[in-house]
Amino acid sequence: MMSLRRDELAVAGSGIAAVGLLSLLPLFSDGFALSFGVNLMLYVAMCTAWALFSGPTRLVSLASAAFFGVGTYSVALGLDSLPFPVLIAIAALSSAALAGLVGAATLRLSGVYFVIFTLGLAELIRQVVAWSQSRFAHKMGLYVFTDFTERDLYWMLLALTTLVFGVGWLINRSRLGFALRIIGDDETVARHVGIATARAKIVLFMTSGAFIGVAGAIVAPRYAYIEPQAAFNPMISFLVVIMALLGGTRRLWGPLVGVIPFTIVMEFITARFPNHSSVVIGITFLAIVYLLPDGITGLIEGMRDRIRRRTAAGTGIEAPDAIEEKAA
Amino acid sequence: MQIIVTGTLLGGTYALIALGLTLQYGAARIMNLANGETLVAACFVSFWLFTATGVNPLLGMVVIAPMALVINWLIYAWLLRPLVRRAKNRGMLEVDSILATFGLLFLLQGLMLLGFGGAYFSYRFLAEPFLILGEPYGLNRVVAFVAAVIVASLLYLFLYHTRQGTAVRAVAVDPASARLVAIDVARTAAFAFALGGALTACGGTLLSTFYTFNASMGVIFTMKALIIVIMGGVGDVRGATLAALILGVTETAVASLIDPGLTLAANYALFVLVLLFRPQGILGRASA
Repeated sequence: MMSLRRDELAVAGSGIAAVGLLSLLPLFSDGFALSFGVNLMLYVAMCTAWALFSGPTRLVSLASAAFFGVGTYSVALGLDSLPFPVLIAIAALSSAALAGLVGAATLRLSGVYFVIFTLGLAELIRQVVAWSQSRFAHKMGLYVFTDFTERDLYWMLLALTTLVFGVGWLINRSRLGFALRIIGDDETVARHVGIATARAKIVLFMTSGAFIGVAGAIVAPRYAYIEPQAAFNPMISFLVVIMALLGGTRRLWGPLVGVIPFTIVMEFITARFPNHSSVVIGITFLAIVYLLPDGITGLIEGMRDRIRRRTAAGTGIEAPDAIEEKAA
Repeated sequence: MQIIVTGTLLGGTYALIALGLTLQYGAARIMNLANGETLVAACFVSFWLFTATGVNPLLGMVVIAPMALVINWLIYAWLLRPLVRRAKNRGMLEVDSILATFGLLFLLQGLMLLGFGGAYFSYRFLAEPFLILGEPYGLNRVVAFVAAVIVASLLYLFLYHTRQGTAVRAVAVDPASARLVAIDVARTAAFAFALGGALTACGGTLLSTFYTFNASMGVIFTMKALIIVIMGGVGDVRGATLAALILGVTETAVASLIDPGLTLAANYALFVLVLLFRPQGILGRASA
C-alpha cells in the first residue's frame, strides 16, 4: 500500500476540513450566496478536471462545452425513465466515449490538430442535436423537472469537486501521471523511453471529459428547460480555459486560485457592463500570456523561491535550512 | 451541376481566406485564431465604404488590403514577436500564439460588438442574375470569384517568381536553413504574417458583397480556414486552393440536399477524413 508522508497527511487533513466547512454553506444561506456557491463549485470542478489533462500535456482543450452539453442532455433525455444516479453514470460514460473518439482521431498527431478539432466540437454537436431534434422530435428543447433544490446541487458539485481532487492526486502519484509529465516536457523523449504516448493522453482526456460531463449532468436541473444553444454554449469552454490558466496548471489546486477571482469579476461585469464581457475575456487572455505565463500560483511560487534565495544569500547561515526544507 | 458551380464560386472566396491563414501559420509559424476577426473587420469597412461613400467594394479592396497589411504587421511586431523570442521551441510558440491570438479574437470581437451590435449586416451590390450554362447565378458571386482568382494568381506569381516570394517559401520550409542563405527570417516572417492578413481582408471584402455578416461570426470562418489549411497541407498554397474548392462544394451540397444547419458538420466530416487518411494534406508528401 501507499504510505503517506507527514506533509501529505497535513494537506489531506486540511482538505477534508475545507470540504467539511464548505458543505456547511447551504445551512447559512440559500439566496445569492448559495447560487454563487453553485457557480463557483461548478467551475472549480470543471477547471480542475480540465487541468488534469491540459496541465501536464500542455494541450489546450476547448471541448469542455461539448462534454458539459453531453452531460446535460444525458439527464434531459433519460429523466422520465431512469433514476438520477444512473443518468450521472450515463453522462460520465458518454462524455468519456466522446473524448475517446476525439482523442483517437487527433491525439496521435501534432497538438495543433487537437486544439482546432476541439475548437469547433461544441458547435458541431449543437448543430447535430438541433438538427435531429427538429427532424425527429419536432421541438427545440427538453424540460427537466426534478425535486432537487439549489442546496442539493451544491452538495453534489462539492462531492464531485472532492472526487476530482482525489483522482487528480492519485493520478499524480501513479505511473500514468509520471508518464504524462514526461510527455509534457518532451514527447520525443517520452516515446524513446517506451511510453505509449497516444494511449496515455487518450486515457487522461477521457477521464477529464467524463468529469466535465458529470458536472453538466448535475447542473441540468438548474436550467429547467434545455435547448442546444444553452447546453453547448462555447463560452463555457473559453471560461474554463481562462480560469484554469489564470490560476496556473502546475499544481492540482492551481485552477481553484483562478476560479474564485474570475467568477467574482465576471459576475460583476455581466451585471454592470453586459456588453463588455468579450473585451474583458480578451484582455485577461492577453494578460495571462504576457504577464502570468504560469498563472497566479506560478507567480507566487516564483516569488517565494526568490525571497528564500535572497534570505539564504543575505545571511549565509540559513542556506542549509532552505536546502533541507526542499529535501524533506 | 448547380451545386458544383455555386460551391466553386463560394470556394474561391474561402481560398483567399485560407491562403491568408496558411501564410501566417506556414511561414510565420503563428497559429492565428483571430484570423476570422480580420475578415469580419474587412466586411465592416467595405460595408461602410459602400453605404456611406458609395465606393465600389472591388475598389475598396485597394484601400482595405494595404490597411490590413499594415495593421497585421503592427500586430506581429508588437504582440507576437515577443512570443517568438521567448519560445524555446516550436511547440511552445504554438501554445503561446494560440492563447495570445485567442485573447485578440475576444478583444476584437468584443470591440466590434460594442461598435456594431450583434445585428446582421448586408448591402446590395451587383445583385442581378448572371447565366452560366443556362442557370442563373448572382452576378456578385461570379465577380467575387473572378476577383479571388486574380488575387490568388498574383500571390502565386509573387511566391514562385520573385526573390522575396522565394524567401517566404524558404522560411516556410525551414527557418534555420533559410538563415544560412542570407534570408532575414524575422523580417520575412513578419512580412508573411502581414501579407496573410491582407489576403484574408481581401477575402472578407469579397465575402461581404454577397454574404450576410455580423460581428461574432469570425470564429466560424477561422474554423473553416483552419480545416482548409490542414486539408491542403500546412503552408501549401496549391493544396489550400484545391481544399477550399472541395470544402465549398461539399458545404453547398450538404446545405441544399440535407439541411443548411449542418454545414459545420460537413466541414468536420471532411476534417476527420483528412486526419484519418492524409494528415499531411491532400497534396502533401509524408514527412520523413
